[in-house]
Amino acid sequence: MKRKVFFKGIKDGIPIALGYLAVSFTLGIAARKVGLGAFAATLMSFTNNTSAGEFAALSLIGAGSSYAEMALTQFVINARYMLMSCSLSQKIPKETPIWKRMLLGYCITDEVFGVSYAYPGKLDTLYSYGAMLLPAVGWSLGTFLGVVLGNVLPQRILSALGVALYGMFIAIIVPPAKKNKVIAGSVIVSMAMSWAFSVTPVLKNISSGFTIIIITLVVAGAAALIFPVEEEAADEA
Amino acid sequence: MKHNVYIYIFIMAAVTYLIRTLPLTLIRKDIKNKFIRSFLHYVPYVTLSAMTFPAIITATQSPVSGAVGLVVAVVLALFDRSLFTVATAACGAVFLCELFIR
Repeated sequence: MKRKVFFKGIKDGIPIALGYLAVSFTLGIAARKVGLGAFAATLMSFTNNTSAGEFAALSLIGAGSSYAEMALTQFVINARYMLMSCSLSQKIPKETPIWKRMLLGYCITDEVFGVSYAYPGKLDTLYSYGAMLLPAVGWSLGTFLGVVLGNVLPQRILSALGVALYGMFIAIIVPPAKKNKVIAGSVIVSMAMSWAFSVTPVLKNISSGFTIIIITLVVAGAAALIFPVEEEAADEA
Repeated sequence: MKHNVYIYIFIMAAVTYLIRTLPLTLIRKDIKNKFIRSFLHYVPYVTLSAMTFPAIITATQSPVSGAVGLVVAVVLALFDRSLFTVATAACGAVFLCELFIR
């Protein structure tokens, strides 16, 4: 019975792992560009498992930013995991021991959280461990291959693979935006602000990490003030 | 590079892991503060949007192919295609587009 739950997780993790493999390959290429070796880049992916956070980290490393800026950027970009973590704390049985909760923390990525939250009834943490197994391998392996093979592939293919991550982001933001006008508005305003920051003389000198922090605080803060979310809606997202 | 790469990696891993794990281990009740709940609810959409545009336009060899990739991804996402489908279709669109441009 226990084994069945674990293997169900593994099965649901297969498509996630394939997606991660493609995206982390481009992450590996980006890591190589800022001077990271295969070991450092793979270690980063194995210990972080966060596409947005790692890409932002690479630009900070490339720019030689301070450690404080790195910590703050990771905190803001990955703050969404806090909400997921809060949601999952309600989804697992109360008596779940702390070591199982700590291991479950490692499994909170956008996609593995998604399938875990969709698990019927109370969540058996074994399911999430199974669902995270292949994606974690795929994410680290893809990063490694990206660093090692990145320069073997022609520029045209690299250019095409470079948009895989953005395609994945779009796949995450568009479906909820379709159903919710506030999210749709937030998406459009955020993109417009991000574009404005990239072309306005003084603003474009601000590092990309801080630009994202500023936009997130302003837009998500304003949306939360003007359109507070009812409990039910927040649980579903 | 004046900073150590491994210290960067340790910092980001520690911050990210704590974010993921602390609420799960410490909070056993629902968050009642509506503003915090709402703010955290909007964060992923805002962050991912800001990171996607205009970056997708500048990630490719030509802004035109990046824009085509963006449109293809948005259309497929509107039809609720999977992460994998949307990501690979965007890549394919950029690749084909650049075959014609150059």
